[in-house]
Amino acid sequence: MSGWPKNPKQLGKEHLRFDGPVKVSGSARYASDMQPVGWLYGMILRSPWPAARIRAIDLRPALSLPGIRAAVTANDAPFTIRYCGEELAAVAGLSKQACLDALIAIKVDADLLPFVVKEEAALRDTSPRVFENQPNAAEPREMQTGEVDAAFRTADKTVEGFFQTQVQLHHCLETHGNTVQVTPNEITCWASTQGISSVRDGLADNISMPLDKVHVMSEFMGGGFGSKFGPGIEGGLAARLSKEAGGVPVRLMLTRFDEALAVGNRPSSFQKVRLGAKNDGTLVAYELETFGTAGYASGGATAGGGGGAGFPAPYIYRIPSTRVRQTTVAINAGSARAMRAPGHPQASFGMESIMDEMALALGMDPVELRIKNDPSEIRRQQYQIAAERFGWNAKHHSPASSEGPVKSGTGCAGATWGGAGRGSEAEVRINPDGTVEVRCGTQDLGTGTKTLIAIVAAEIFALEPAAISVRIGDTTFPPSGGSGGSTTAASVAPAVFDACQNALADLALASGMSDPTGSNWRSATARLRINPIVARGRWKEGLSSRGVGGVQMAEVEVDTETGFVRVKRIVCVQDCGLVVNRLASVSQINGGIILGIGFALYEERILDSQTGVVLNPNFETYKLPGAADVPELDVILQDMPERGVIGIGEPVTIPTAAAIANAVSNAIGKRVTSLPITPSQILGLLEKLPGIRSKSGTS
Amino acid sequence: MRIKLPGTVDEQISRRSFLRGVGASAMAGAIAKVTAAAQSVESMDDQRPVGPEPVKLVLQVNGKGHEVEVEPRVTLLDVLRNRLQLTGTKEVCDRATCGACTVLVNGQPVYSCMKLAVEMKAQEIITIEGIGGPNNLTPIQRAFVECDALMCGYCTPGFVTSLTALFRAKQNPTLEEIKKACSGNLCRCGTYPNIFRAAQRVAESGSSKT
Repeated sequence: MSGWPKNPKQLGKEHLRFDGPVKVSGSARYASDMQPVGWLYGMILRSPWPAARIRAIDLRPALSLPGIRAAVTANDAPFTIRYCGEELAAVAGLSKQACLDALIAIKVDADLLPFVVKEEAALRDTSPRVFENQPNAAEPREMQTGEVDAAFRTADKTVEGFFQTQVQLHHCLETHGNTVQVTPNEITCWASTQGISSVRDGLADNISMPLDKVHVMSEFMGGGFGSKFGPGIEGGLAARLSKEAGGVPVRLMLTRFDEALAVGNRPSSFQKVRLGAKNDGTLVAYELETFGTAGYASGGATAGGGGGAGFPAPYIYRIPSTRVRQTTVAINAGSARAMRAPGHPQASFGMESIMDEMALALGMDPVELRIKNDPSEIRRQQYQIAAERFGWNAKHHSPASSEGPVKSGTGCAGATWGGAGRGSEAEVRINPDGTVEVRCGTQDLGTGTKTLIAIVAAEIFALEPAAISVRIGDTTFPPSGGSGGSTTAASVAPAVFDACQNALADLALASGMSDPTGSNWRSATARLRINPIVARGRWKEGLSSRGVGGVQMAEVEVDTETGFVRVKRIVCVQDCGLVVNRLASVSQINGGIILGIGFALYEERILDSQTGVVLNPNFETYKLPGAADVPELDVILQDMPERGVIGIGEPVTIPTAAAIANAVSNAIGKRVTSLPITPSQILGLLEKLPGIRSKSGTS
Repeated sequence: MRIKLPGTVDEQISRRSFLRGVGASAMAGAIAKVTAAAQSVESMDDQRPVGPEPVKLVLQVNGKGHEVEVEPRVTLLDVLRNRLQLTGTKEVCDRATCGACTVLVNGQPVYSCMKLAVEMKAQEIITIEGIGGPNNLTPIQRAFVECDALMCGYCTPGFVTSLTALFRAKQNPTLEEIKKACSGNLCRCGTYPNIFRAAQRVAESGSSKT
């Protein structure tokens, strides 16, 4: 790919994170740390009911309490509540304690309505409707290629399965929220966000303020994973509280409990799948029927908002005849949001599970079956690289064939992702003293965007990255998009490249030096006298690309007496085109795999069908992977600099759960059919739970 | 509501009699609360119980005395972040499950969300700001930067603090000891492998002087 240097000095090397020192010392200031003069603490009152008609909300008892400066309702009563945790009202006061007292004092007059929180129940016509005027189930999306029934008749082997994946929560460690100040003339907001510009647009709309009067900043943010775009309802409430309180700033960050209710999740899936193949392993026919929920906003045509619970099928494989039918069903629960590689981990789990069933039916090695049917040349190579590093041929054994009560097993899975970005702009300023500033209206989610910008600029100017000052996370800087879809690196890097090239041309002209880079830098910039060079650049073709592949192999141990699963090792081979910062890339891959381990073994939002509440809205009962759960991670970055920059954040979390599930199934000789793979599922599959039959499976 | 500290044996007996007299039909929860409150009152060194109105106290944080006036229900975490502007200590779960609010109290790692500020009189509190600033990093903090042991950074001060306590107690901890020291801290970005690497680097260099 043209453009990027053939023999880079900075690109692809290991670079220390720019903001490391301020983060390890606690001096980085996040939205939740902001305390502008006169700031008030903000809190939200949420519905304790999963469905209710709110007749009236009386804020006066709250407003009369000491220390309370403002209170607002989420909507004008009467209005309808559709999930437990939906916003009712919000208060702002001098302390958290004052706000807690105020929330209790608010009087809510409500009529409770019938509700439904289980997907299977919501599908039934007799169940309560989440939206009165439409069925809970959306019209199914149907896709067909080829003659499926005829193709199944030509198959030598057919396997079937029913797989389930759970609702997973984002649980960013910094909760959702903003510190907002609304005066009659302007809005200033420090946001914990993946998209400063969407926060600006949302606030401007909410308060009816022209865009040029809304200033949003986010220099540091504590994780998003797809759930932090726009100001959110909480941002709008904070803005209204600030206005109501006479223009003083309001810091409104959600509580941990709130995070489990109202700010997104990964939809569930229930997948009935059938796969047909020839004896040589060639896949010929595939049929999939699914339903799942994306929360309350996922029902029929006018429910709007949350997107569906569908996913790509038959995922990464080429099968000539396929029939896919996917339905999304609304329940009385918080709406889904994009979550790191939306749809793909669910797709991967179902597809890779049935692939392993097929490999068993055919008596074929699982890796061989994948290489035979995967159209991606990159992934086919990756399977070979991974198999060698992993020792697949020596380690992989027939199901349940290891000795003793603790069984070992191996499994593999592949993934795909886009990772293309576009549209960013950047500004480079070269000062007469030789210092360089790069401005870009993007944000750093913890992926290392700031560092990436410095590396690109340093490469073009032949300087050290430390010589570059990077300023991001401010809507007054040149525009860049939201950080979602693994698009940031591929969108920002070319814009910075272009701005630097333009600045360099200007510097050459101004200094009269044909090559002002590197050792000539100081003498060239000294000729600028008082005016700095200021140059803009924008994303352009040829520096970034899309479409990455990755495969992972997992080795597990399963204690067949306790049902405990230990992941021993994961080998990951991942392509991300041109590697910009090797150190940060590997960190991101580690993180994706660990999130995948959580999806595989621990995480699940549990709703109570009797009360409609989330039973595990905290970390005691919603388990995140911790220090003891992290296996040996072996990451191999497949360099393909000729492809340009491609995002890597999402693909790496996709195949982990599927690879682990396949490894567990291989270990115990029973097919894992649902996530998370809890000890009780294992014991159920092994028929070691007295009185409890195992969930339906393919074995 | 004020709870009077029992002065005499008679008064103690009368309180117990009162609790018995409430009877089985009364709410068990209410009794439990009264009993718990009475027990905590009895265990207090001071002659007078405090609150619910704000009380003045001096907190020793990072070697300096800070006079604050807070209600007894206010946590140490809340005071550190919102009264003293020591925002390096993070609030993530607010119920002792994630470790982001870890501080050192008399050298021991403690979840500051689980301590009331009024309990902290005469205790020596060290927050991340007192461990090392951005231009004055400790070997552990430097190792975090060098090993890329952080991503979004929100859990990072808590991990650094937990490991600081470990290295103050032991110069050359094993990997298992490092993992155990971090077992009360959660990271959502998944930086654990590099945190272990950073801590091992410090352990191997033997220069953990924190």
